[in-house]
Amino acid sequence: MNARAALLALCLAALCALGPGRAGAQELVADLSDHLIAIDSEFTGTDLLVFGAIEGEGDIVVLVRGPRSSVVVREKARVFGIWLNASSVTFDNVPSFYALATSRPPEEMLDADMRRLNEIGLDQLRLEPEPGTDIADIADFRDALVHLRQKIGLYSSEPGKVSFLGPRLFRTAIHFPAAVPVGRYTVDVILVRDGQVVQSFSPPLTVDKAGLGADIFDFAHNDAALYGLLAVIGAAIAGFLGSLLFRRP
Amino acid sequence: MFQIYLPIAEMSVDIFLLLGMGGVIGFLSGLFGVGGGFLITPLLIFIGVPPPVAVGSSVNQVVAASVSGAIAHWRRGNIDFKMGTVLLVGGVAGSLAGILLFNILESLGQIDLVIQLSYVVMLGGVGALMLVESGRAILMRRRGGGGRRKKHVHTWIHGLPLKMRFRTSRLYISALLPLGIGFAVGILAALMGVGGGFFLVPAMIYLLGMPVSIVIGTSLYQITVVAGATTFLHAVSGQTVDVVLAGLLTLGAVVGAQLGTRFGAGLKGEELRGLLAMLVLIVCGALFWELVAPPTEFFNLSTLTVSP
Repeated sequence: MNARAALLALCLAALCALGPGRAGAQELVADLSDHLIAIDSEFTGTDLLVFGAIEGEGDIVVLVRGPRSSVVVREKARVFGIWLNASSVTFDNVPSFYALATSRPPEEMLDADMRRLNEIGLDQLRLEPEPGTDIADIADFRDALVHLRQKIGLYSSEPGKVSFLGPRLFRTAIHFPAAVPVGRYTVDVILVRDGQVVQSFSPPLTVDKAGLGADIFDFAHNDAALYGLLAVIGAAIAGFLGSLLFRRP
Repeated sequence: MFQIYLPIAEMSVDIFLLLGMGGVIGFLSGLFGVGGGFLITPLLIFIGVPPPVAVGSSVNQVVAASVSGAIAHWRRGNIDFKMGTVLLVGGVAGSLAGILLFNILESLGQIDLVIQLSYVVMLGGVGALMLVESGRAILMRRRGGGGRRKKHVHTWIHGLPLKMRFRTSRLYISALLPLGIGFAVGILAALMGVGGGFFLVPAMIYLLGMPVSIVIGTSLYQITVVAGATTFLHAVSGQTVDVVLAGLLTLGAVVGAQLGTRFGAGLKGEELRGLLAMLVLIVCGALFWELVAPPTEFFNLSTLTVSP
């Protein structure tokens, strides 16, 4: 009895949060199971739950993008029988992570322009080569970038499924592999209705190193000279102890 | 099974894989009396460690691998400190030059190629020389007797300026020669993550004409210091020294080395060198194949670090 009452209260609260379904009112609430993904020494990847509720009809798109940086794509060519990096293209503002989940196939919900605008779908990812790049087969480099990131699980190959539990509540899981880059992520939960983006909501997400690994990484970067010195001294002591331990009688 | 996250390499690896690799390399170094750095870097690259981190961590491991040997030889008085110091002055200079070269090549996207090519050339040359030398020694022993090598040959090398007297080595030669050899070894350490013993030892015997009894101790002394300096420089210039990685390799290597030493006691010197030569040539062949075989991926990525 109590449990049912509690559930009822929760649903009422969710509906109150959404407010009456008028124009300009909040028609979407969403949140993450965690706002911080901590990479510690045992980290082997994790699933992040994205959930929320909508007011009225509509489809949901969940888009997760990692911190952006420049990426150099190099193509190997054969020179004197040896395969070496020949031509290269630098892409600016490339997301280090890309995952997408939708309640319906994206092509059915939004037209190409809208998908392009919101970077929905890997084929709509904005990958701009550095100004001044003059290479004919730029599409090959672009495809290679996406393919190589897919291979290590940083770009999701197929959109995940956003499932509705009843008419209003939705949820989906986004997988983060072991090699997930650190930084501030952008999570966009988008409500789509009649081919238009009605509302979007962006809960914060940070991926950060934690525990001893984080301390070592910070130490190595913030105090490089001391780190190097200790690495050398530590190795010397380890080698010395090893020889003491196994010294022949 | 038991994954451990390597904070600098930024990847998870099975802890027993690293301990096992360290153990195999320690076993080989105990068996053959070499550092084994020449095997660690290619193996680390093979399991997916970024080449710069493989080099920086491998040279850190070399410090641990060579320091105990250096101490043992020092106790027995087998180190020519004057010669070693001249060598390591050249070595630290070479290491500095190597790090600069390393950073330039990395920004050009050619560091992986240069690391692999250096390995193919060095391992191919050294392996072939050792194989020929040990084969000749085995034949010589079977035939019995054989002439001794002439102890001192005068060449143009002895006409160089800046002569120095090295009492422990009983040599009076130009300091430019050990400086140059040390410089070359320093570059190798920085580029390849090796101690360079496989190059230094023959160079000291054949080019400098040092007595064999003090060559190993002196080279270990030089390698310890140059590997230490190179570790430091890699840590400062590129933050590529992974102490967790180096520590696990060292742990495995310490145990492996003891087993290798015991196992090696029952084998003859020439045969050991012949085996080592074959091992070196196999690694060389595998690396060479990787360079000439059509790659599985024709493209590769490198992320430029963003300034925060």
